[in-house]
Amino acid sequence: MTTATQTVQVHRVYIKATPQAIWDAITKPEWTQQYGYGGEAEFDLRPGGAYRALATTELLAHGGPEVMVDGEVIQADPPRKLVQTWRMLMDPGMAAEGFTRLTYEITPHDAGVTTLTVIHDVTNAPQLAAVVAGEMESQGAGGGWAFVLSALKTLLETGKPLEWPWASTARAR
Amino acid sequence: MICGAWWAAPAGGLTCDHLVTYLGGVVSDDDRVFKALADPTRRFLLDLLFARDGRTLTELESELEMTRFGVMKHLRVLEDAGLVLTRRSGREKLHFLNAVPIRLIHDRWIDKYTERQVSALVNLKTELEKEL
Repeated sequence: MTTATQTVQVHRVYIKATPQAIWDAITKPEWTQQYGYGGEAEFDLRPGGAYRALATTELLAHGGPEVMVDGEVIQADPPRKLVQTWRMLMDPGMAAEGFTRLTYEITPHDAGVTTLTVIHDVTNAPQLAAVVAGEMESQGAGGGWAFVLSALKTLLETGKPLEWPWASTARAR
Repeated sequence: MICGAWWAAPAGGLTCDHLVTYLGGVVSDDDRVFKALADPTRRFLLDLLFARDGRTLTELESELEMTRFGVMKHLRVLEDAGLVLTRRSGREKLHFLNAVPIRLIHDRWIDKYTERQVSALVNLKTELEKEL
C-alpha cells in the first residue's frame, strides 16, 4: 500500500573492479575521502551499527557541520549488499526531513566488470531527493549520486581521483 | 580503406579481424547513450521519468500516442544504454531514470576542455540569457 507514496531513486554504474574493491571504496575512510563529496566514512558494519560521514577540512573551514551524514546500518553483507539509514546534516531543512533508506547492491559480471546499484528511498524527503538527483548542482550542492558514482568509477579504474569542477575552482581561489 | 574486402570475407575466414570486430561487434557505452538520446520519443520518456521516477509501462504508455510494443522497444534501447533501470515492486515492473551514463560523458568532456573554459561558456550563456 505504501508504493503509491514511495519515492525511490535508482542509480547504476558499471565498474571494471572487483566487488570487494567497490565494497571497500564505499565503507573505508581512506577510499571515501578520494571521491564524491569526500570526507571520511565511519561504519560499524553490523545491524544497528552507526554510520557517519565526516566533513572534509575544506567544508569545516567554511563553517559546515562536523558530521555531514549520519545513519545506521540495517544489513551488511560484504561485498554484495549494504542497507542503511541515511540522513543529510549539511542543511537544517534536509536534516529535518529525517532518515532515508539507502541500499547498495554490488553484482559481479563477466570480464571483471561489476555493477554498483544505489537505491535511495527518499520518501518524504523532497529537498534531499533534489540534491541527490543532482538538481541543485548549479547552486553548488554537487551532482548527487550520478556525480558520486562517476567519480567512484574513475577512482577505481584509473587509481586517480576524478578532477572535478569544484576542486579546480577551489584551487583557483 | 586498407581492408577493402573485409565484408566479403566468409564467416570464420576473416582476414581483417580487428576491423570486423570494430565495425560489427564492439559498440561502446557512449555509442549506446548517444543513439538512445538521438530520438525524441526516447528523450520524452526520459523527461517523464525525470518528472516522476518509478513508473510502470502502462503509465508511460498512457503519455504517448504509440502502441505498447512501440513504447517497449524504445524502453529497451534506453535500458541497453543504462539510461533506464527497472526494478520489480510486487507484481509491477517500475522504470527509473539513471543519469550516471550522461554524467560519465559530461565528466570526461569537463576533463578534456578544462573547467575554466566550460565555466566561461556557462557564464557567457547566463549573461546572454539575462539580456532577453
